[in-house]
Amino acid sequence: MPTTDTAIEQPPKASGNAGERKSSFRTVSLDEVNRLYSPADVAQINTENDIGSPGEFPYTRGIHASGYRGKLWTMRQFAGFGTPEETNLRFKYLSREGQTGLSVAYDLPTLMGYDADSPLSEGEVGKCGVAVSSLADMEALFDGIDLEQVTVSQTINAPASVLLAMYLVVAEKQGADWKKISGTLQNDILKEYIAQKEWIYPIRSAMKLVIDTFEFCTEQVPRYNPISVSGYHIREAGATALQELAFTLRDGIEYVDWGIRAGLDIDRFVPRISFFFNAHNDFFEEIAKYRAARRIWARVMRDRFGSSSERTLKLRFHTQTAGVSLTVQQPLNNVVRVAIQALAGVLGGTNSLHTDSYDEALALPTDRAALLSLRTQQIIAEESGVANTVDPLGGSYFVESLTQKMEDGARDYFERIDNMGGMVEAIEKGFPQREIQDSAYQYQKALEAGEQTIVGVNKYQMESTGTEVPILVIDESVRHHQLERLQQTRDRRDKQAVVRTLDKLRHAAEAGDNTMLATIEAVREYATLGEICSALRDVYGVYEEPAI
Amino acid sequence: MAQAERKIRVLVAKPGLDGHDRGAKVIARALRDAGMEVIYTGLRQTPEMIAAAALQEDVDAVGVSILSGAHNTLCPRIVSLLREQGMKDTLVVLGGIVPQEDIPKLKEQGVAEIFLPGTSTQDIAKFIRENVRPRE
Repeated sequence: MPTTDTAIEQPPKASGNAGERKSSFRTVSLDEVNRLYSPADVAQINTENDIGSPGEFPYTRGIHASGYRGKLWTMRQFAGFGTPEETNLRFKYLSREGQTGLSVAYDLPTLMGYDADSPLSEGEVGKCGVAVSSLADMEALFDGIDLEQVTVSQTINAPASVLLAMYLVVAEKQGADWKKISGTLQNDILKEYIAQKEWIYPIRSAMKLVIDTFEFCTEQVPRYNPISVSGYHIREAGATALQELAFTLRDGIEYVDWGIRAGLDIDRFVPRISFFFNAHNDFFEEIAKYRAARRIWARVMRDRFGSSSERTLKLRFHTQTAGVSLTVQQPLNNVVRVAIQALAGVLGGTNSLHTDSYDEALALPTDRAALLSLRTQQIIAEESGVANTVDPLGGSYFVESLTQKMEDGARDYFERIDNMGGMVEAIEKGFPQREIQDSAYQYQKALEAGEQTIVGVNKYQMESTGTEVPILVIDESVRHHQLERLQQTRDRRDKQAVVRTLDKLRHAAEAGDNTMLATIEAVREYATLGEICSALRDVYGVYEEPAI
Repeated sequence: MAQAERKIRVLVAKPGLDGHDRGAKVIARALRDAGMEVIYTGLRQTPEMIAAAALQEDVDAVGVSILSGAHNTLCPRIVSLLREQGMKDTLVVLGGIVPQEDIPKLKEQGVAEIFLPGTSTQDIAKFIRENVRPRE
């Protein structure tokens, strides 16, 4: 590495690009890649301060000294479709096959805070995830699953506080101790306005709800991560790797700012903030992104917020392979893409991983496809040998140089966003949204010009037979099943108690009090998701997207 | 040509609850670059809102983007609302995640073409250009 005093070898001078396959070589993010990387490319990097050792500041090489030699990453497949009963069976199936954590995908009505019987839910119930309208659904979802023993990740954002409340009440009914519950709530509302766009309330009210969950969990559910700050959707919306990194970490900074302003102790709540990144096709670019993420977070927590607590400085993250990279054409090719992407996540030091299934450009995964994607992780973990040593790519001229480039680029974005007044202001101005749209369009143009290759799509195409793999079909019987349970729930509950608890929630929201306890009380009385969200809509209003 | 050609007008529409608008926005921009006038509805439009916008904007084509699996419910309704309000020739195309089995039925119900992931935006522009009915 470059800190020795031996003469630094100069990179060989490229004499044009005669004889090379292409006029320029670019990453998936359309970033130029040099012919060769050498000590000159890492001359500015200080081995000790910038790269360091695993388990030590700035954690470039990982947050654990022993890497995966101690414990493998958590294999956490995202699952959810149809009824809670069907999803419950999928959870149990994957757990039997060696999955080590659960992750719930909710359907669109649930993500938007509508019940299955809302007219807006027609055609969508149980389609993109599992349908959950009330505590009764949540009880069916986790039937026979001990919530003290398993960690569950819930992908839910605008109505996250309500689903957290349902989860806690189910745990309580099982006799579990909230102090022993661990798991993760996605609850990242900023990325909804930036990318995924499943919002309900205006940004600042939505941020207040997020802070309510931080405050509540810090006191009552101390082992639970009340947020997973998510770059995944930012990337899927078309961001480059750098934009994913920069916007996600800047979102994280925004949550820390808001938490501190609400009077929370940084070293109590920040250690429970987790992150979620995408793993796209460009192997080294992705690895550099994860390594840079840890280093940037550690430095920002120390230098910007003045923390010296190790738990605050360590960035922990989940990775999911890139759904957007999967192709309808020749779907089995997706098995290979997923394996490469998963390997990047592992070499980048992910703490948990979801591998997509080969059929996901067609529909939600079948049992068989989901099993193969879990097996992909198991093969990487137990056959490939990559988990036998810590950060095997540390010190690579290319990887370290890319890692540094990621850090520098992210800091430029931070400066631009800080100058706008912060992330909420930047989103209100449409800044990250525009940046991402531009990148998405540039990428599409590069594909159509043949500058980027997608095997089976713009190169090596074949006639489609139309029925290459079986797919999962979700029919309208799911909706009928859900409507029936919802009606039974509405008939059986104490209606006055529902009205009373919803009023109490409305008052808490109006007064600016923490809404979590009132939400939990309403959930206990089987107030539905739609009713609870409507109570909050009455107080907060709804968000309108600015034209971009 | 002596006369300025009327530009093809396209409504890009995103019905249902899904917020994934990458595709809709990329297509809107690509069609504009291909010389068409494009109106984007924004997110979460009901079939009624889409049909009303199509009439008001007097479009030649409606491009619907759906990834959520709700296409069998939403598309036929959009087509029949357009036809009910007299837009007999308005071309309706669909882009998104659509299983092969659903395609023949959607076509029977009046969707002119279904573009699956991986389709080039140039192919979509070409299809629209070749299939919109010329107006008097």
